[in-house]
Amino acid sequence: MSKTPLLAVEDLAVEFATYGGRVKAVRGVSFSVDAGQTLAIVGESGCGKSVTVQTVMGLIPIPPGHITGGSARLRGREILGRPILDGKDIRGDQIGMIFQDPMTSLNPTMNIGSQIAETLQVHRGQTYKQAFARAVELLEMVRIPEAERRAKQYPFEFSGGMLQRAMIATAIACEPAVLIADEPTTALDVTIQAQILDLMMELQRSKDMAIILITHDLGVVARMADEVAVMYAGQIVEKGSVDDVFYRSSHPYTLGLRAAMPSNDREHGHRLHPIDGSPPDLFHPPVGCGYCARCPHAMRVCAEQPPATHAINTSGSHYSRCFLHHPDARDKRVPGIHYPEAGA
Amino acid sequence: MSSLVHVDSLTKYFDLGRGQRVHAVDGVSLDIAEREIVGLVGESGSGKSTFGKAVLGLHDKTSGTVSWRGEALPAKYRPRDFQRWAPYMQMIFQDPYSSLNPRMTVGEIIGEGLRLHSNSSTSEIRDRVANWLLRVGLQPDHMSRYPHEFSGGQRQRIGVARALIMEPEFVVCDEPISALDVSVQAQVVNLLDTLKTEMGLTLLFIAHDLSMVRYVSDRMAVMYLGSLVEIGPADEVFFEPKHPYTQVLVASNPEPDPNLERQRVSTTITGEIPSPVNIPPGCRFAERCPMAEPECRATTPTLRPLKASPQRQVACFLVE
Repeated sequence: MSKTPLLAVEDLAVEFATYGGRVKAVRGVSFSVDAGQTLAIVGESGCGKSVTVQTVMGLIPIPPGHITGGSARLRGREILGRPILDGKDIRGDQIGMIFQDPMTSLNPTMNIGSQIAETLQVHRGQTYKQAFARAVELLEMVRIPEAERRAKQYPFEFSGGMLQRAMIATAIACEPAVLIADEPTTALDVTIQAQILDLMMELQRSKDMAIILITHDLGVVARMADEVAVMYAGQIVEKGSVDDVFYRSSHPYTLGLRAAMPSNDREHGHRLHPIDGSPPDLFHPPVGCGYCARCPHAMRVCAEQPPATHAINTSGSHYSRCFLHHPDARDKRVPGIHYPEAGA
Repeated sequence: MSSLVHVDSLTKYFDLGRGQRVHAVDGVSLDIAEREIVGLVGESGSGKSTFGKAVLGLHDKTSGTVSWRGEALPAKYRPRDFQRWAPYMQMIFQDPYSSLNPRMTVGEIIGEGLRLHSNSSTSEIRDRVANWLLRVGLQPDHMSRYPHEFSGGQRQRIGVARALIMEPEFVVCDEPISALDVSVQAQVVNLLDTLKTEMGLTLLFIAHDLSMVRYVSDRMAVMYLGSLVEIGPADEVFFEPKHPYTQVLVASNPEPDPNLERQRVSTTITGEIPSPVNIPPGCRFAERCPMAEPECRATTPTLRPLKASPQRQVACFLVE
């Protein structure tokens, strides 16, 4: 690649020491994002998607967390393992983050304006007064009516949608290059979700931010993402552009996820196709493919060896971690799976 | 169609003191036919859960009636009333984490209904619990375990078994899948569908996921701030919504299809669901409605059948 990506994560592996043993939560995850781009990380609870971004943010408590390998570079500079209590940290400055549950992510004993202002005081050295005035402007930017009065209110006086707006205001206060949104709309109603997603897209356009969006909702992915990484059992099993992943799905798990969702097609039958079973135990991750036990197309090799990634298109930007794309298995054409064109 | 459950202008207010009242459910009428699945959608705060609980007697009714095969149910349930009606109607709760007693084994949780409502012996109860564990896709030896040993999807299956072991005729499912992962949601929905066919159940399916409600339901009812704004066959309501609020809901529902999403014109409405305390007269949606006219703020619209298809009802002055 000619130019350095804005944020590049390579081969990240994270474990947690618990009483029950070591949980291998993230097992070799690589991705990168560029300015103005949105990467969606999709997967079920426990697949490691939140741990991945929290590690990048330096939010994982170490111990019990333990980064066993890999790197994360922001504009080429390593950001893993840096001292996290440093006030000049990139967290909140160059990388902003929005959390899933706006009701519990804000401090209930501080008014909203001061919470936003705190970021500016810490990272920009502004006085409380300057920072608070800027906080009011930020609240206006995220379209909170009567921002001046609202800034003096406390979280319990805000609705869920407004708290999420306030959290976005905090996250973008220092004009970060990367915005990480961990399930930003899961706790919200659809009409409010639409408002928040629109707001995020608008801010992205005006500030040329990169967004890493973590979600399990394929509808939200379709709306927001440029690129999609599908995670399962601590690994990315398929990655590609949003069109690649939706229209040329090449991993059985991606297909399974899509079939499990109700389609909004009127002609479609009234029966969903769930994925049987549940995700593997990451205390003892399977030797082979993590999805093997639930996969309808599993072969013997899937349980015995970990699958490598196989490029689906010529540039390799779309890949699938599945033995079905191994040269030896190409004859077993599974319906629904997209196979690369000959020669790719 | 004979109606199994007939709800007539059910109202539930919560008193806040000082003359303030929360209008959680305000004059909702609904007929649920035998073996029908009615989906009830709405945003949080629209009163859909309160409605479900009031129908089953878990909330006292402020006014209005609920009748079961023509017999009126009590306005305020006493223990004796629960004893009488629980075998006919049951509820599946939203949160599989907080709705199971952590100090009871799964066997005790599922068997409790039988213990209280039938004269079955302990061993009979155990056999039926074992049988139900199998029916919901768990193992009989899970009986001696505690809820914390199960995943969310498995707990929801325990909740399903607990409700259905009484072999009720009517079940209120209050957001039974919203706490679950996509792949597991489909497992629970299909389980409910199978059991519904086997047992001839009638369901009131409360959810906020429109696509899922369309999938599951025969009819769909849309609730806003305590009253129904639209009701009709699920496919028709979803694909040709008439009430401005239903239109907004459907338009805000993201489609898992990038091409459709790229074509989407932004249809968000501003504002949020207003407080249900001391609601002003007029249409409740008027404040946020893009088409509101003076009439909408003066008089409250009621559900009226559409001229073109009388099985659909819409509460809006602007819809014929």
